[in-house]
This record gives sequence, C-alpha cells and structure tokens, in this order.
Amino acid sequence: MDKYIEMIRIRFLMMLAYRTNYYSGILIYSINIGAYYFLWQAIYGAKDQIEGLSALQMTTYVAVAWMARAFYFNNIDREMALEIKEGKVAVELIRPYNYLLMKTMQGLGEGLFRLFFFSVPGMVIVALIFPLQLSANLSTWGLFSLSILLSFLINTQINLLTGITTFFLYNNTGLIRAKRVVIDLFSGLLLPISFFPFWAQDILKYLPFQGISYVPSMIFTNGFTTSEAWNAIILQGIWVIILVIPIQVLWYVAKKQLIIQGG
Amino acid sequence: MTNAIEVHDLRKEFKAYSSRSGLKGAFRDLLTRNYKVVPAVNDISFTVKQGEMVGYIGENGAGKSTTIKMLTGILTPTSGKVTVNGMNPHKEREKFVQTIGVVFGQRSQLWWDIAVQESFRLLKKVYKVSDEQYDEHMGHVIKTLDIEPLLDKPVRKLSLGQRMRCELAAALIHNPPLLFLDEPTIGLDVLVKLKIREFLKEINEKYNTTILLTTHDLSDIEALCERVVMLDEGKIIYDGALKGLKDEWADGKEIRFQFLEKVDLSSIEQATSEMSIKWELDEKDQTFVAYIDDSDQMISSLIGKVTSLYKIKDIKIMEISTEEIVRNIYEKGRV
Repeated sequence: MDKYIEMIRIRFLMMLAYRTNYYSGILIYSINIGAYYFLWQAIYGAKDQIEGLSALQMTTYVAVAWMARAFYFNNIDREMALEIKEGKVAVELIRPYNYLLMKTMQGLGEGLFRLFFFSVPGMVIVALIFPLQLSANLSTWGLFSLSILLSFLINTQINLLTGITTFFLYNNTGLIRAKRVVIDLFSGLLLPISFFPFWAQDILKYLPFQGISYVPSMIFTNGFTTSEAWNAIILQGIWVIILVIPIQVLWYVAKKQLIIQGG
Repeated sequence: MTNAIEVHDLRKEFKAYSSRSGLKGAFRDLLTRNYKVVPAVNDISFTVKQGEMVGYIGENGAGKSTTIKMLTGILTPTSGKVTVNGMNPHKEREKFVQTIGVVFGQRSQLWWDIAVQESFRLLKKVYKVSDEQYDEHMGHVIKTLDIEPLLDKPVRKLSLGQRMRCELAAALIHNPPLLFLDEPTIGLDVLVKLKIREFLKEINEKYNTTILLTTHDLSDIEALCERVVMLDEGKIIYDGALKGLKDEWADGKEIRFQFLEKVDLSSIEQATSEMSIKWELDEKDQTFVAYIDDSDQMISSLIGKVTSLYKIKDIKIMEISTEEIVRNIYEKGRV
C-alpha cells in the first residue's frame, strides 16, 4: 500500500511542477461558473422554481458541480493512450505493481491536489461573489463526501476503460474527446438530469454517468431527501462494482495481445 | 550453479498488415485486411547461468528486443517455455519483476518532471527496500556512477549521459540478481560508456549479478561479455564464447599500407596476383588494406614484395576486428 500512497505524493509534486496549468485552471473554472450563473439567472427570470429547484439552489448546483469536477476529473485516459502509443507501457509492466491501480492512484493524487488547492479556495471566492446556499447540516456534508469519492471512482473507471481501448485502436484521440463531452452532458454537469425530457431521464437511469456529477451536486444542494440520497449513493456503489468487470476483461485481453510500439 | 534464464523453443509471432495500393485498394482495406503472420522470434532455446554476462547481438529487427520483452514478462510468447529466476515471467509478473532490473536505452523509466531522488524514493517504496539496505547499496551505486550532484535535478534537465547513469542506478535500487540492458550505451560518449562498463563489471563481481546485454556497439560486448548469442531473423545463429567467434572467422590478418608515392589499386593487385590477396583502398587516407590468411610465410613474403616495389610511409599488421567479423556474418546471414 505504501507504494500507492507514495504515488499520490509524486503526483502532488508533478502538479506543482506545472504552475501555469494550476493558475489557468482556476481562471477557466471561475469563468465557467460565472457564465452558467448568468445563464441560469436569465432562464429563471421571474420564476421561483423550475423542476423543483429554486434559482438559489441552481446557482449552488452549478458552483458545486464544477468544484466537484475539479476533484473527480482527470486525464489518465489521455496519459494511458500516450504511454501505450509511445511504448512506455513496457516500463510500467516491469514494475511490481498493478498498472491500473497505480493509474487510479495518480488520478486520486491529482484530484486531492485540486480539491485542497483549487476547489476549497475557489469555493470560498465563489461564495463571496455569488449568493450560494451552503448547507450547515453535517450529514449533508458527510453524504456529499462519500458521493464525490464514488464519482471519482466511476469517472476514473470510465477513463481506464477508454485508456485500455488504445491497445486495440492504436489511436483513440477521437474516442477520448467524445467520452469527455458525453460525460459532461449526461453526468448532469451542464444541466441537471431532472431537466432532461422524461424519455431521456429513463435511459440515463440505466447509465453510470449521473453518478459522476448529478448525484453529489443534488446531495449538496439538498435537492434529494436523505433516503433518496442513500439510494443514489448505493446505486453509485453498484456501478463501481459493475465497471470492474469490463475493465478486467479488456485488460486481460489487452495484455494477451499486447504489442509494444516502437521496438 | 543454477540457471538464471532457461528458454525452450520460444516463439513470438506478430500479425503484419499490408495495405493494398491505390484508392480502390484503400476501400477494400476497410472491409478486409491482408495480413500475414511473421515470426519475430523463431523457436529459440538457450540457457544463461547465474553470474554470467551475455551479449545478445543481431541486426536491427532480428528479434532481440522482442526476446527481452518476453523474458521480462511484458509480452506473452506465442509458444515455448520461459523460466527466468525459477519463475514464469508472464504468469507471476508482479512477483517476478521484483527479481529483475531492466534498462531500456531508448526510453526513460524515471519520471520526467520531477527530481531524480523523488523517482528513487518512489522506486524504493515500490520494491520495498528498507532504509538500511537502500543507504548501503545505493550509497555505493550513487558514488560509483557519480550522480550525487544530479539527484535534485528534474530528469528533463539532464543530458543523455547523465540520464543514462541515473537510469542504471534506478534499475539497481532493489539489487536484482538479474539485469537486462537493452542498448544501454546508445548515443553515449566514450567516457560515460567506460564508466558504465566499469560499473557493470563491478556489480557482476560483487553480487554475482547475471547480465544480459543487447547492443550494437561491439566494444561493449568485447569489454564485458565472455559469451555472445547472435540472432538473425529470429533464429540463434551463434551461441558461444566471443573468442570462438573470432577464432572461427578471423583466421586472417589485415595489413594496412600507406605509401609515400602515388600508387593505384590495380597495379598493386597485379603485382601480388599470385598470392590470392583481397585488396581494398580506403580513399580517405590512401590506405591500402590487404586481407590475408594468417600464415607467417605469406605475410612476410607479401611485405617483402610490396616494400621492394614501393616506398612505404606506414605499415600496420592487425587482427580482423570483431566489427569486421560481425559485419561478415550479418551480410552472409549465418555462421
């Protein structure tokens, strides 16, 4: 376990090595939150509520969704694709660790870094500029923490799956981009799931995406009752378990027919 | 003595796709693709004893790297049996890789953006090396390879020679009994090469480390390895002492003449035509090279003949170099 924790530390160091990325990230997220704030202000107009969410809840939803994204989002699919394309994966395979677990830990390191040095200070700034409704209820915070941890796992698992496909497709830049858009849209980051048409909601119920952003954000904004929140978290947990299966299968097949690129 | 590596009838096949020509061909490729199965490694067998230093040589694309990748558990063999350090590399990968060290000359295994010592620290954790072991062993390695001043620099700021020494140190953190080096001296200057060779010799003596080395620089092999395994088109064409290769092939000498006056190749060939000598002219420094059988009689009569005809500036008698031998073998494709 030691080695995996050490990897988180290494990832912190790597994040610190690129300061420009860090600062520009803060800027981009602030602009996004600001833009969505004004957009939703305009949509709400004089209305008190849309689909059971007040304008205040909506603002909080947007801010929290983006801040949570800073934690669960990572680029390990792109990293894996690069490592596989350049043949660096050979070096990873001569190490006595589980490659996929190590990648997950790198993602976690990245996520924790952004959570502490990005989301928390960012949230304070956003709360000063825009009116937000932060819960004083400890159990909400507890459920939220549990939920974003599961969001991280689901998102990372989907990234791992996308990354492994490089073994079969050799060049999957397009797939990675498509995946990103699909997740942003279907996870409820851009639009809460309850705003989708009913037939779309029905389909999305059977997909893992809403576990990534919609669930934690709804918990945070008190859009869910406690029992609804628990149900949603259990569903997230089930998805985490289900997604292990395709990852293991693909990984097994990939290793069998692995070709190291470039001699 | 136990065997560090045992290989029986090892084979690895790759599917090679070929594209059809033209636009029509490209459309047909969308539906079905032509491919043929190419064996990169073709039923090879060999064993390496613990503590041996073996040079693994062959032309580009002969299957050297593919073999190493199978021996290190990265690739699954198509067929055949591999036992390295008493284990099946592919089946017991995580346990197995604890017992080997690998250096790929062409790709880095250090983390690019962070200081060398951070990479070392992570590897120390990965291989579960205790602090005392690390201090004792790595203290020595760091001193011998002279990388102390590089430890706090990020890898991307190192020169190739500096990086390579760090790579070697990184591969030895857990003091493995078996070391694979895939072109470790590629692109390095003479001084760094010498340092790395010295170091490899030293750890081989000190810890009885088995070393399997692939390289295109035959002076590496000459300096380090008693034994060479030569590969061509996926098959082993020679396995034995480096000296044996020399004895078998270098049964001639090379005599190099430089003359004070202008001489042309045809006249010198004609003058020595009864001695069956192969002449070659090195245009750059006007050196005439005679390849001749290794008999004292012939050598002295050749020199006698040539000196009686022309004024000589310089003359050298040399054994045919390993480089020359290997070039001959590569060209003919067999031993």
